[in-house]
Amino acid sequence: MKRTVFRNRWLPWALVAPQLAVTIVFFFWPAFDSVRLSLYRASPFGDRMIFVGTGNFERLLADPAYFRSIGTSFLFSALVTVVGLAVALLLASLANAKIRGLAIYRTLLLWPYGIAPAIAGVIWLFIFHPSFGVLPYVLSFVTAYQFNWFLKGWVALILIVVAAIWKQFGYNLAFYLAGLQAIPGSVLEAASVDGAGPIRRFFAITFPLLSPVTFFLFTLNMTFSFFETFGLVHAVTQGGPGDATSILVFRAWKDGFEGLQLGYSAAQSVILMLLVIALTAVQFRFAEKKVTY
Amino acid sequence: MKRSTLSVLVSAVLLVALPVTAMAATEIQFWHAMTAVLGERVSDIATKFNASQSEYVVKAINKGTYAEALNAAVAAYRAKQPPHIVQVYEVGTQTMLSSGAVYPVYQLMKDNGITIDWNDLIGPVKSYYSTGGNLYSMAFNSSTPILFYNKDLFKKAGLPDRAPTTWDEIEATAKKLHAAGVKCAYSSAWPSWVLVENMHAYHDQPFSDHANGFDGLATSLKINGPFGVKMMELLARGAKEGWFTYGGRANKAEALMTAGECGIFTTSSAYIGNLARASEGKFTWSTGFLPRLAGYPQGNSIIGGATLWVMKGAKPEEYKGVAQFFKYVASTENQAWWAGVTGYLPLTNAAAKALEASGHYTKNPNQKTAVNQMNSGKNTPNSQGIRLGNFTSIRDAIEEQMEHIFSGNKTAKQGLDDAVAKSNEILKEFAALYK
Amino acid sequence: MASTSPVASAGAVATAELASRLPAARRRDLSGVIAHAILVASVFVLAFPLYYAFVISTQTLDEVTSLPPKLVPSTNLAQNYADAWARVKMGRLLLNSAIVALAVAVGKIAISLLSAFAIVYFNFRGKQFVFWTIFITLMMPVPVRIVSTYQVISVLGWIDTYWGLTVPLMASATGTFLFRQFFQTIPDSLAEAAQLDGAGPLRFLWSFLLPLSKANIAALFVILFVYGWNDYLWPLIVTNRPEMRTAVIGIDSLIPRTSQLPEWNVAMAAAMMVLLPPVVVIVVMQRWFVKGLIETEK
Repeated sequence: MKRTVFRNRWLPWALVAPQLAVTIVFFFWPAFDSVRLSLYRASPFGDRMIFVGTGNFERLLADPAYFRSIGTSFLFSALVTVVGLAVALLLASLANAKIRGLAIYRTLLLWPYGIAPAIAGVIWLFIFHPSFGVLPYVLSFVTAYQFNWFLKGWVALILIVVAAIWKQFGYNLAFYLAGLQAIPGSVLEAASVDGAGPIRRFFAITFPLLSPVTFFLFTLNMTFSFFETFGLVHAVTQGGPGDATSILVFRAWKDGFEGLQLGYSAAQSVILMLLVIALTAVQFRFAEKKVTY
Repeated sequence: MKRSTLSVLVSAVLLVALPVTAMAATEIQFWHAMTAVLGERVSDIATKFNASQSEYVVKAINKGTYAEALNAAVAAYRAKQPPHIVQVYEVGTQTMLSSGAVYPVYQLMKDNGITIDWNDLIGPVKSYYSTGGNLYSMAFNSSTPILFYNKDLFKKAGLPDRAPTTWDEIEATAKKLHAAGVKCAYSSAWPSWVLVENMHAYHDQPFSDHANGFDGLATSLKINGPFGVKMMELLARGAKEGWFTYGGRANKAEALMTAGECGIFTTSSAYIGNLARASEGKFTWSTGFLPRLAGYPQGNSIIGGATLWVMKGAKPEEYKGVAQFFKYVASTENQAWWAGVTGYLPLTNAAAKALEASGHYTKNPNQKTAVNQMNSGKNTPNSQGIRLGNFTSIRDAIEEQMEHIFSGNKTAKQGLDDAVAKSNEILKEFAALYK
Repeated sequence: MASTSPVASAGAVATAELASRLPAARRRDLSGVIAHAILVASVFVLAFPLYYAFVISTQTLDEVTSLPPKLVPSTNLAQNYADAWARVKMGRLLLNSAIVALAVAVGKIAISLLSAFAIVYFNFRGKQFVFWTIFITLMMPVPVRIVSTYQVISVLGWIDTYWGLTVPLMASATGTFLFRQFFQTIPDSLAEAAQLDGAGPLRFLWSFLLPLSKANIAALFVILFVYGWNDYLWPLIVTNRPEMRTAVIGIDSLIPRTSQLPEWNVAMAAAMMVLLPPVVVIVVMQRWFVKGLIETEK
């Protein structure tokens, strides 16, 4: 694609300089340092630094708890993303009609995006509270089962999944609504004239046409649930009970900042890094293919 | 000409000299992790010290939680700007001892010519933080676990107004409470500290090898022996039968007691202050000693809380100030005041006697329970305390397995074995740093 | 945006006449009613937790701890909010959050605009290197480099400072990426015309690109403001002193966890105060926010 450019030798460098500077100092330097630190066994106060090469990684990969953490992270992210998107898509489809006041609805649905995951977590924590919460209270009329998330890992996981989905929901819904509104009604009408029922129309036409939106939301929700939910876990479950909600980013923080095992934590960060690179590479590849200008 | 030159010279000299002579007091940075009421008391003691003399000013700064404060100190030390004093929780003891970054308290006091009667320190308090009879960090806020019980709930269940003293009694009492509809018959905070660490020390059972880490770096935990298994089996049974309610790690479970839901509760003696405030006008309670398991010898309970460590890297005149501050804090009068307002254990026997004499214990009998418990126990090598590297991770590992045991996922033996395996690995990592 | 295939377009034209003959009116009414019902229900479900939190923030301690839960606001609002404010020195916390949110938003927008402009509108040696250097940061969010970034900050002496709180959050390339995508959609003719007019690059940026980018800037502002206000992990690590903390972590001490009184009413009051500013920003700017995002998601 032809691009008009300005001819200037030093100006472009001056323009990128601030971004470059911040990136090098606060990104590259720590990133390299993370990699370097991951190869050492380091004492908290820095008085001992013993080179162990891949020792930290071997220790991680030999630890079943680490794999459980990987599993928990993926399970958590999958639930937040898939359930979140599915419900949003379903509701968006049902709400996709020519009605007035869509903008108002959008405002009323988007605002939870502004709530910090940690705060969303605290609100849901109270709702789930075994002693005072409204949810266990209501459920106690239905079943005698104790939804005590202090002890039951799966309840704790549900708690943080619900808090995360709740926070993201309006955002997902808004995007799907916008995506659906952009599909010309005539396309769907043509298909219905052809005899395709609503479900067939949805899967044959609507869903494929929505795939860029789905893809975008999918990546966003996955990244959100992998990384930005640290606050949620820290404020609400602290990784417990047991390690039921110990997602990768929480573990890395805990081993580094509470356990003071810096090399071990850095190794976990490096693995997280590789995971994100993979995710981003997939996103770039897919996005560059699908997007047309 | 001459006069103005002279006046210029004089002004110049004064300008240079004044800052030197009108010296500000030496500032001492004291980083701590106390919040709310306790945080205010820490500020109080710093203020009192500052007011009592004019050479030094102690700045008490809250740095977050214990873990955060330690992190802050580590980072500051690495950046060559450590605080003078940092409050570190008891599980950080080995980390501090092995770090090479601390200035031992006994050495600090000696170097500054201040004598403290180390022998008057309450036994368990002294032993936890000493090596070879020398105190390395200044005991500041020490507590020990005791038993609390809700008198009103006892009455409701038709039980006598008396604290249960053995685990058999706890079981029997808790069963009656449970039958009477009490939501949380028995619970405990600090699961590992109370139910594993303290129970072992209380019954003269070893927690790890190498005399719990006092005799060299520990390499293996011993909590999966017959005693440990018996304790966990008892509690697992309680969880299953409903008379033991697990309330979470750290002191999460205290919320249950605070809410008036628990009949019997074991936790740190430092809980007294909060419980008193929370229960006012709602329910009455009292305290007792930790319960004993029949058939096992007598040991003593161990210390929890935190101590003050002095960091290397400051100037001698600043250390003089630190020493003066410690002397102030350790004085009988101030210890009695501190223990009285916070509920923490008084550091010295002299302070305890002063509290007795002032009638404080008569007015606040529950505050004396912890002191009495410590004084009636037997000080053995197994009850000196526990010193493990990476103790935070180890406690985590133990509590994780406890959760599996209480929820019925694992048998007591299996859970404890797994805890030991994981902990030994953690210990190995730590030892590898310092071989 | 979804791209329509040529087939579908042809089909659309062909069935336009057919469509006009279908009894669409009644169908539209029903689907409209359903749509409203779904949306209203969604709004309520989404709003309920917040409403409930608000109710709690108006209750007394006794009301909080008693069952059954009440769903109507009570009378203790002023006391709770005053308590929350005083206990954590909320004024300072909110100020810190505002500084961080604004600094990160404005700072990042500024440097992103400049670097995106340079990447799209200039050919210079090392351009590819710069491009990849900046874009690789998309692959490593803060949590991945926490320990080392912390070391860097300590060495710089930026612990417990506003610099430490804000600058590291500007290191990633999301803004540059967004603007780059957008600039690439602007027709070449605009730049050509500007050059013909004798406008230099900076003039072009200021007078032409900036006005066109308003929606994107607004969208990015909202995203970054919310991000800066709500960020949890970084302020937790880089600050130790309570007076340097941001609001979302500063209220942590109010959350009844343990031996404290279960003062959820005060905790919820604090939560309400903290979540209000970013929510207000979203509500006020949501038009540009959605527009800018949807356009750049292309």
